[in-house]
Amino acid sequence: MSILVDQKTRVVVQGMTGREGAFHTRQCVAYGSKVVGGVTPGKGGQDLDGIPVFDTVSEAVEKEGANASLIFVPPAFSPDAVLEAADAGIQLVVCITEGIPTLEMVKVKDVLRQKGVRLIGPNCPGVISPGQCKMGIMPGPIHRQGSVGLISRSGTLTYEAVAQLSDLGIGQSTCIGIGGDPVIGSSFGDLLPLFEEDPETEAVVLIGEIGGTAEEEAAQVIRERIKKPVVAFVAGLTAPPGKRMGHAGAIISGGRGTAAEKIESLRSAGVLVSESPAGIGPAVAEMLGR
Amino acid sequence: MKIHEYQAKALFREYGIPVPRGEVARTGSEAAAIAKDLGGRAVVKAQIHAGGRGKGGGVKVVQTPDAAREAASGMIGKPLITVQTGPSGKIVSQVLVEGPLAIEKEYYLGFVVDRSKERVAIMASREGGVEIEKVAQEDPEKILKVFATPGLGLMPFQARQLAFGLGLSPRAAAEAGSLIQKLYRLFVEKDCSLVEINPLVVTPEQTVVALDAKIVFDDNGLFRHPELTGLRDVTEEDPSETQASGFGLSYIKLDGNVGCMVNGAGLAMATMDIIKLAGGEPANFLDVGGGAREEAVTEAFRIILSDANVKAVLVNIFGGIVRCDVVAQGIINAVRNLSVRVPVVVRLEGTNAPLGLSLVEESGMSFIPAKGLGEAARKVVEAARVGGSLV
Repeated sequence: MSILVDQKTRVVVQGMTGREGAFHTRQCVAYGSKVVGGVTPGKGGQDLDGIPVFDTVSEAVEKEGANASLIFVPPAFSPDAVLEAADAGIQLVVCITEGIPTLEMVKVKDVLRQKGVRLIGPNCPGVISPGQCKMGIMPGPIHRQGSVGLISRSGTLTYEAVAQLSDLGIGQSTCIGIGGDPVIGSSFGDLLPLFEEDPETEAVVLIGEIGGTAEEEAAQVIRERIKKPVVAFVAGLTAPPGKRMGHAGAIISGGRGTAAEKIESLRSAGVLVSESPAGIGPAVAEMLGR
Repeated sequence: MKIHEYQAKALFREYGIPVPRGEVARTGSEAAAIAKDLGGRAVVKAQIHAGGRGKGGGVKVVQTPDAAREAASGMIGKPLITVQTGPSGKIVSQVLVEGPLAIEKEYYLGFVVDRSKERVAIMASREGGVEIEKVAQEDPEKILKVFATPGLGLMPFQARQLAFGLGLSPRAAAEAGSLIQKLYRLFVEKDCSLVEINPLVVTPEQTVVALDAKIVFDDNGLFRHPELTGLRDVTEEDPSETQASGFGLSYIKLDGNVGCMVNGAGLAMATMDIIKLAGGEPANFLDVGGGAREEAVTEAFRIILSDANVKAVLVNIFGGIVRCDVVAQGIINAVRNLSVRVPVVVRLEGTNAPLGLSLVEESGMSFIPAKGLGEAARKVVEAARVGGSLV
């Protein structure tokens, strides 16, 4: 029915007692996610609406059986928080935090790779399997349970795509915002095979943007391993070179990483690319024959 | 954050990386005095945050202090146009005056975070002094690359691989190897995203010197480097972009006439794209951020309208955590307070969108409401073409 998160996901929120952490924890709980605990060092023994707060992630794992972590701690402490979750045996870490130094992510990623822990983000809206579990800051009500998987480097543009799908009556199996930083936990290429193996996912939507080579790498993975239909949109066709468009990743440098190159590369792998951001939902409908 | 060559060279000196003797000058007489100290002959280099200075006339070799004065006076206070500055160029406010150097051969050395390998990549090439991107595209095998292991860092053998790979003499290779390791330390300790020496030169005596220096810092790392804040040169930045960042807005001016205000960078780029597809030209990229508070919305309008080219504005907000009714009120107040005169197309989607739209419709101002991205783009492009006003 979904990938990464479902009804069995038991979430621990690192930084749950902070302003953002508390707000979004309540939103996730209201959506129906099982938030079993929070972690704020020094605040162990307190609670948020009855959800216990622990000093360490390992306590939340031992006492509440947490198997996924959602991180809202400030950028200076996020690398430590991700590694603490990994050390406690958490297999899925979702880091919402924006502003983590790239070289810190280089080190964190190396450790996670050795441990086989999956990280989503940082600087991302999170993951949602509609109707089952919301682990992130996306608005729950725009989603609809269904069979289209979605992977995106963007935040609000993801909501736009989801809303287009839901408006056409096309539900989603799982929607993942992978984040816009130069070094991220999971790429398009890492997640596409999970959708390929998920029996309930019929098609996948990729939302890319300028900068880097993630879309070109995704095209390679699609060519080699993905049989399900893929629809894509790449933002930034009109972006000028050398300018950072909000995300650290969204910058065209040295003539590389342009939207045109990415679109060409995805098309050559058989992906249906919509040039208009308003055409994402209709393209999926066309692909699925609805 | 970018810094000037003279600032990068000062950091190089701190790390024991050889650079030519020299100092920065802000007037012609200062340049003459420095050239005199250097023995008369010197190189005068304009300091701007852009490459291609040599071809643009921003690097001059002079034989006397008077010639240094003349060269510096010819650059300071005037725009320098290079392939990287855009047609209006950048105003030069200081020059670096350096002693001349005997050069046997020029090389390229660059450090960058490789996004797909997720490691620091160190690149070296015998094709120094030229457009390295061109070499990378046309002759990728001419660029040597090694990757530092996270945790371990760059090993001495890797630095040797590069140095000997360049075909340097044993003496020069030893110097280059040590330089590469020092540069790696600088890269990591200062949270850089790019460090480049182009050219790195070997002198006839087989010493190795960084003739140029370029450093870009990772903005996300700046919070832990208070020592770097003084290196920021705001005069190199677009004033409206700097003003925007003070309000948590991300703004980039473009050349079209359709202003846009959007929440989220991806959606903002997509909005620019759809304006273009509808036959218009975006006047800017503007991300009001996740909060989209009233103050930020007002400031966003102020900045968009400070561009005289703007003939119509598209507000495209996808309310997630942000409620559309709150944003709508912000838009109404901003438009009223700033007496906005151009047509404004408003598209609100997501949390409380119907409530937000009814606020807009009942405001008594002639906003143009739109449903969906496609309709919004068509309406704003049409409004910019026809002209007209909101009040």
